[in-house]
Amino acid sequence: MIMETNNKYQDIISAENLIYKRTSLLTDKPFSYCPGCGHGVVNKVIMEVVDEMGIQSETIGIAPVGCSVFAYDFMNIDMQQAAHGRAPALATGIKRCWPDKYVFTYQGDGDLAAIGTAETIHACNRGENIAVFFVNNGIYGMTGGQMAPTTLEGMRTSTSPYGRDISLMGNPLKITEMIAMLAGTYFVSRHSVHTPANVRKLKKAVRVAFENQKLKKGLSFIEIVSNCNSGWKMTPADANKWMEENMFPFYPLGDIKVDGKLVNKNS
Amino acid sequence: MGERKLMKGNEAFAEAAIRAGCDAYFGYPITPQSEVMEYLAAQQPHLRTGMVLLQAESEVAAINMVYGAAGTGKRVMTSSSSPGISLKQEGISYLVGSQLPCLIMNVMRGGPGLGTIQPSQADYFQSTKGGGHGDYHMVVLAPASVQEMADFAELGFELAFKYRNPVLILADGIIGQMMEKVELAEQQPRTSKFDQSWVTTGKTPDRERNIITSVDLDPVKHEKFNLKLQEKYQKMREEEVRFENIACDDAEYIFIAFGCCSRICQKAVKLARAKGIKVGLLRPITLFPFPTIEIQRLIPQLKGILSVELSAGQMIEDIRLAVGDKVKVALHNRMGGMVPSPDDVVDALVKSFSIK
Repeated sequence: MIMETNNKYQDIISAENLIYKRTSLLTDKPFSYCPGCGHGVVNKVIMEVVDEMGIQSETIGIAPVGCSVFAYDFMNIDMQQAAHGRAPALATGIKRCWPDKYVFTYQGDGDLAAIGTAETIHACNRGENIAVFFVNNGIYGMTGGQMAPTTLEGMRTSTSPYGRDISLMGNPLKITEMIAMLAGTYFVSRHSVHTPANVRKLKKAVRVAFENQKLKKGLSFIEIVSNCNSGWKMTPADANKWMEENMFPFYPLGDIKVDGKLVNKNS
Repeated sequence: MGERKLMKGNEAFAEAAIRAGCDAYFGYPITPQSEVMEYLAAQQPHLRTGMVLLQAESEVAAINMVYGAAGTGKRVMTSSSSPGISLKQEGISYLVGSQLPCLIMNVMRGGPGLGTIQPSQADYFQSTKGGGHGDYHMVVLAPASVQEMADFAELGFELAFKYRNPVLILADGIIGQMMEKVELAEQQPRTSKFDQSWVTTGKTPDRERNIITSVDLDPVKHEKFNLKLQEKYQKMREEEVRFENIACDDAEYIFIAFGCCSRICQKAVKLARAKGIKVGLLRPITLFPFPTIEIQRLIPQLKGILSVELSAGQMIEDIRLAVGDKVKVALHNRMGGMVPSPDDVVDALVKSFSIK
């Protein structure tokens, strides 16, 4: 019986039936991200869009400091590695000299919303024609799970072992909502990659971000709320559930600013 | 012959940079070098040559904009003054670690801390011994005239690309602010003649992708990379030493001074010679690489060396490393924005070596 089933599947594994594959713009190097982490999916989605738009020869990516410091090992495009928090400044330097190229930064919450806040805000406010991809998992993953600017109230990390106490450690920062207020941002949207439907929504948004660059509309800012099952000390499935129940209420998914206009949630 | 103008040092540097075919300037205002960006802004370089000019939100952002643009093979520069240069040190270390060429100018002011806006040379250690984290050096050019402020813009870019390493122009408040006659070079095109095989401008099918990075977690590979950097600095020591000798042929004593102090010492040489003291001036033009051998050549004829500096005595350490105990080395210095007069320098020479 088992043999028959295997043979049945064997028959349909052929090139013409292939509907899902690794994009050619990911290298052959296995991801170094933890199993269950969202980074790999986000890397892949961005590379799929670059591939589908046929802009590999015009695209420069910027890897930050953090879990995605080695993003250039996986993304098969020209890339620069930035000092911690400085990716938007690098992107500005590149884009000003090459206004017709596509430039994106790929940053985590510690990178973008703590040490690099000034660079983030000012690149956004100047309306640099770049795309910023912001992976927010509420923790410093690479350095071992310390408290991040986006760590939720009460959330335990290695530097808030009894939970984030707002009176001592300050408030979690909704930087994406701040960014949306700035005149230089054209498209601001928040996504996740924990279900196939969410991945498809993200991919559409990433495409919009690159199309906006082509049209020189201003800065596109896409936050991806992601898990960090290692840092959160949960199984991947539990981490996704915890993310839905705790992260999404504070960091709600959806468009925040479209075509340069804030989205009115009440209308 | 090029165009002659009366200009401030900072302005001459800015004008010469445009003419040298600079592609982009990123900076942040700080006294006493704000004229660089002001002059560039008035020139509208985007209309004149297509050069990019952007006032950044901080010195930190400015040096990282330089990094990004340099990584695409452009001729990029920034300028600042001491406290701002301290802020740029992280970026400079990354530029070195990623082997990116760029031109940086420091118009030094007195420190530590916010210090003063008056001239100083107290960033000698920071400039010549590294500055940021990690083992590295930059070619450090020390202009002593408005003409050299202009000339070093073009030379600086040339050396930056020769070594794929940042080049630092170490000026001071006097050189930046004073006005002198300057002869400007012809406008150079913004096209690049150097090897562009490493730049990140988008991976084309004919080549492997390029990565600009300074991280390598493999210690074996990273030590090899560090040795490669050291070879680069050794080559600089062999090929890039620049200096000027004034009245050293028969000198029994020499002043060693750079930047504005060398101008003061030029006058002091005349004053001392009028008194019958056989003194000359050795002016290091490159502070790294330091003219060690050139100083050593003078050892047999010398009774004393006076290092004249606007610091607590920093260059004097390199002079002592050069001559050991073979020649007596003394210091005449002012700090915190004060400047010695030529008479002060002659007095210091006479006292230091008990010249009758």
